[in-house]
Parts: sequence; C-alpha cells; structure tokens
Amino acid sequence: MDLYQQNILDYYRHPRCNQKITEANYSAEVSNPLCGDRIEIYLQTSGDKIKQAVWQGEGCVLSLAAADMLAEYLQNKSLTAIDTIDKDWIIKTLGVNPSPSRLKCALLPLEALKKSLANN
Amino acid sequence: MKYQLGKTLKEEFPIFIHHRDLVFLDNAASCQKPKVVLEAMDKLYRTSYANVHRGVYSISEAATNMYEESRVMVAKFINAKTEAEVIFTRNATEALNVAAFSVAELLQPGDEVLLTQLEHHASLVPWQMAAKKHQLKLNFIPVNSEGRLELENIDKIITPRTKVLAITAMSNVTGTVTELDVLIPKAKAAGAIVIIDAAQAVQHLPLDVQALGCDLLAFSGHKIFGPSGVGVLWGKLDLLQKLEPFEYGGNMISEVSYATASFAEPPAKFEAGTPPIAEVIGLGAAIKFVQEIGSEAILEYENDLTAYGLEQLKKVPGLRLIGPADQHLRGPVFAFVMEGVHPHDIASILDGGHCAMPLHKRFGIPATTRASFTIYNSEEDVGALVAGLNKARQLLVM
Repeated sequence: MDLYQQNILDYYRHPRCNQKITEANYSAEVSNPLCGDRIEIYLQTSGDKIKQAVWQGEGCVLSLAAADMLAEYLQNKSLTAIDTIDKDWIIKTLGVNPSPSRLKCALLPLEALKKSLANN
Repeated sequence: MKYQLGKTLKEEFPIFIHHRDLVFLDNAASCQKPKVVLEAMDKLYRTSYANVHRGVYSISEAATNMYEESRVMVAKFINAKTEAEVIFTRNATEALNVAAFSVAELLQPGDEVLLTQLEHHASLVPWQMAAKKHQLKLNFIPVNSEGRLELENIDKIITPRTKVLAITAMSNVTGTVTELDVLIPKAKAAGAIVIIDAAQAVQHLPLDVQALGCDLLAFSGHKIFGPSGVGVLWGKLDLLQKLEPFEYGGNMISEVSYATASFAEPPAKFEAGTPPIAEVIGLGAAIKFVQEIGSEAILEYENDLTAYGLEQLKKVPGLRLIGPADQHLRGPVFAFVMEGVHPHDIASILDGGHCAMPLHKRFGIPATTRASFTIYNSEEDVGALVAGLNKARQLLVM
C-alpha cells in the first residue's frame, strides 16, 4: 500500500500543532537513536481538560504526520481520552496500515504522549 | 565465459524469474541465490543426507565427502595453504567472535588492539567485550570525511604495543576499500595478529590470504550467493593450533573421559556439534559459481557499475553521497542522505532500507539510506534507483 497518501502528506507539509509551549503541565521526549527520530509532546491542561497539545521534533513522514494528527485530536479533549488512544487508533487516523518496521515510526508520538502522563 | 554479468545473469537466479520486476539493491546485507546453489542443497537432502564425520554407512560418507569438498573449494578460493585452515561457522559474526575471544586469551592486560572507525558491529563489539574481560586497550584508526582511513600518523598508531589489528577489508556502509596492503605489513612488523573482516569484500574483491599476509579472515556464505547459516573462519594453521576452542562438544574432541578431554586438530577443533551440512554444501556450489565467473571479471564489471552509479547519483539534486569519490577506492555500495527527505521515507518509497549506527555518528548524520549493487545488477537498476529518488524528492521536498 502506498503510505504517502494525500492526507498524510498534507499533515507532514503543513503541520497544525508543530510548536513549543513554555507553560506545559505535561511533556515528554522519545527518540529512536537508530534512525534519528525524536518527538517531544507538550500538553497544557486546565483541570482534566487539555487546552493545548503541541509537538516538536524530527523524523520521517509517518512519525511527524502522526504527531500532528494526534496533537490536533487532543485539543479540548479530557486527559482520560488519552486512555482510548492505541495502535489501532493511530492506524485508523492515518488511514494506512504500515509494515511492522514503519509502524514503529507512526507509534513514536503516542509513546511520547503516554510517557508525558507517566512523567507527571 | 560461462556467465554474462548484469541483467542476463538474473536468469540464473530463480527469485528474478519469480519477481520479474525486482530491482534488488540490498546486496550488502545479503544477496540472492543462483539455482546451482539451490540445486546442490536440494540434491543433498534428496539423495545423500546424513550426519557428517560419524557414519561408516554409504550416505553418511557421501554427505561427508560433499561437505569436505566444500572445504577444499573454500581453501582454493582464498588461497589457503591447506583446507585444514578453513573452519565452518554459523556466519561471519560467529567467525569474528571466535577470532576475538580466542585470540584475546593469548593477550596480557594493557595490550593494545587496533581497529578502525569503519568496523561493523561484528568486528567492533566482540573486541569491546574481550577488552573488558582481559583489560585490553582499544585504539582506532580514524576515518576522514570522505570515509577513508586517515593514515598520516599510522606509524605512531601501530607500535610494538599493538598486539592485534582487526580491520574490515571493505566498509558495509561507505563501500570503502581499506589499505590492507599498507596496514598488514606494518602490523606484522610490529608483531601483531591480523584479523580481517571480509564479510563485505568477499562478494566484490579477490581474496588471497597468503598474499594479504593476515592471520585470520572471516566471511559469511550468504554474502557470496550461498545460503545463510554458514560462515568461514580461515586461520593460519600454527595459530589455530595455539588457540583455545571456542565451543565444546561432539566432533571437536579427540579423547574424552569423565574427568577431562583432549581436542581434535583444526579444523574439527573449532567445529563443535553437527555443522550446517546443507549450507556448507550450498556454499561450495556458490563458490564454484563465483569462480566460474572469475574474481577479476567481477572486479572489472563492478568498477564500471560503481563509476556509473557515482556519476548518476551525483546528478540527483539534494543528494549527498557518503564515501570515497573514486570508484577504485570503493565497492558498489552507496550510502547517502537526501536533503529534506528522511531515510525511512526514501527507503519506503524505494521499498527497501537500512540503518547502521556508530559510523553515521562519525559523519554527523543519524541515519543514511544504502543501495548496494552486485553482479546481477546493471545500469538499468541504477536508473530505477535514480527514478525512485527523484520521485521521493517530488513527493516530499517542498
């Protein structure tokens, strides 16, 4: 299957949530030293509500597009909504089913998100 | 010549009959198998399979003969003095582990082991572990920005304290051919044991262990068109006699009591247990195949292909090639980065890829993409690569 679908390329080329915020309550960074991918996730919350979710980092199309889609989805969601996000959610949202080696790239932002909650 | 190199040679490889469009550019990781190799292994299993070196019954003797014929062929292929110097292992990695851990037993705390910054993990990590165990000091011949060894200060680096030189004959990432003709005589003059990692080189360069003057040399079968699961460690007979066995078990003993055992002579001393019988026989068939083509013909063909590859890849906008610019200093292995395109995306768009770590850090790049060519590749395959790279650029570089 062609991974480079128009919607994925669009998030890669024109990310909506690619920035850093200083007033984050939750943040984490994960990296894959083997291929040099690195994703940082920042959440600014008020009570249980995510007021802003953003990311920074470098990586391949899949990891960066997944980070942006994930951050976009999280705006104004409750923190508990994060529990429902899993591998299948990422695959469904991307709209492609990557091979196992590439799925690791797509799951890197989710790993960062889960780690940010554990860090807190 | 029995075989013609390039596209025509694909007819000898069943995988290219099965996948007519396949452009296989991961030959530095492992290469495809000619039908003569598949047939040799199939014939063994169908007609003469039994364990080797034990039976007095006829099919065991037939299997043993075929197994030992492969050893003779490997010995001739690398110009060993005797086939007793040829040890079959699981792969090049195991051969390099045997070499490092057995040679390390001969060393004293504080002894120096010299490696290069081009080493594959299989040549580097066993020595890191052996150095920890025996308190050895690891030194490295540095690499310059072109991916070539920095030899200006070599006479200060190789000293009487250097007890081992462990060096690759060809880099798995940059394709750099190392200056063994300069380094081996210097290391030998200093009294060092020289171990060559020929895993990459075996597919591309003629190897003559006597002309090289090394002490141990390792390669794998699957990178010379043979099956996976078999490798070779060649060693000078007197050194092999001195080294401790690496593994213990059947086949490698001469006498055993409940209290003690004495060991067989090389090569059996280093071949404990049932070996990869069919794989060794397949390797013999692969070596016969390569010999029928001829190492010089391979070198000539690949030199031209490397030059063409370099010329074409240089034309791709935003592409940075890693490794020597001169085709005579490298094999047909091209590692590169493309401005604005992640190696994963190049690999996915080209549907194939590769990651390797320490060397890339040396060049200040986290990961590269690697395209590696061999005798069944042609200028047409270079064209397919270039087209894929241009497609990646169009898709991802804004």
